[in-house]
Amino acid sequence: MTSPSNTAASNIADGCAAPDQSAPIPASVDLQKETVITGVVTNADGEAVGGAYVRLLDASGEFTAEVVTSPQGVFRFFAAPGSWTLRALSRHGNGDLTVDATRGVNEVGVSVSS
Amino acid sequence: MSRDTALVSADWAEKNLDAPGVVFVEVDEDTSAYDGGHIPGAVKIDWKTDLQDPVRRDFVNQEQFSALLSEKGIANDDTVVLYGGNNNWFAAYAYWYFKLYGHRDVKLIDGGRKKWELDARPYNKDVPVRAATQYQASAPDLSIRAFRDEVVQAIGVKNLVDVRSPDEFAGRLLAPAHLPQEQSQRAGHIPTALSVPWSKAANEDGTFKSDDELAKIYGDAGLDGSKDTIAYCRIGERSSHTWFVLKELLGHENVKNYDGSWTEYGSLIGVPIALGDEPGKA
Repeated sequence: MTSPSNTAASNIADGCAAPDQSAPIPASVDLQKETVITGVVTNADGEAVGGAYVRLLDASGEFTAEVVTSPQGVFRFFAAPGSWTLRALSRHGNGDLTVDATRGVNEVGVSVSS
Repeated sequence: MSRDTALVSADWAEKNLDAPGVVFVEVDEDTSAYDGGHIPGAVKIDWKTDLQDPVRRDFVNQEQFSALLSEKGIANDDTVVLYGGNNNWFAAYAYWYFKLYGHRDVKLIDGGRKKWELDARPYNKDVPVRAATQYQASAPDLSIRAFRDEVVQAIGVKNLVDVRSPDEFAGRLLAPAHLPQEQSQRAGHIPTALSVPWSKAANEDGTFKSDDELAKIYGDAGLDGSKDTIAYCRIGERSSHTWFVLKELLGHENVKNYDGSWTEYGSLIGVPIALGDEPGKA
């Protein structure tokens, strides 16, 4: 007996929307190969900002990707080693941070203020 | 089509939430955003479960689309105002889809959910109850949908616009940088395709750039206005955003969205692929 683990819905190719930002990194992701940039967006009072838009810009300032923070303020990108800029937009204001990412998990924090 | 008929501002939307004959629809792949709070009165459409056939790799047919809109309480003569996350990618996909099935009056909220959030406009969690309708979709308008053979024949002949990120275009990445990269198909782009990432057309707050800015972006990229155009991305929703810009905002005549996009093309046997940052030769 095989269990019907593949539901019809899972046969449909995923779109390009971002997965749940606070979920654990899937086991299928090889952290020896991936460059993960992850962290929390906080406001001027140090509180996590959920629903913020975090944009990943490359070394030339060009847009690469964007995610929405989880209710805990968490975001995550799968990038490549090198220099990146994180730009957070929120109803509490905006903020930027430059990151020099290396292979594996790069943890950062981005604060926003108006 | 033009900006005046295809696009509404978040401000217009907030002032018309209760306008008769206007239905707000949130479209997303992940509908948890809708469930956590949405534009008051909006119904939701799930890009995956409502708009994709559950068995075949295709989207829903004319009868399925008629049944979906009937159940959602949307009538043929309603003004449908679409918005969503991801800078309106999925809403733009739905816009293209509504047009494909002949809906007369469809609009996008400029900036979608992002602009609504950044403006700190109100949400609620109430799911509206709308009486079912007898929606009748038209036969699909294939003048706006491209299929794979047509795309192969368009190499070196029509404008091909690859709207993925530069690294996906060059073959350095297989998916956008917010997704894990493991995929099975080949990387690269369709030879002769111009690289104009969808994001070039949007401001940081998700709204579309002005018509003058947009015309300059595609002109500078080498888009030949006298030729037909096919836009593609990885799976057809980012390219719907660009299709919307070229067809509905800039008014180009023959613009198609290739919804098979790179997940189909990059898995075909024997078709040409170009690597690197240049379009490549036919």
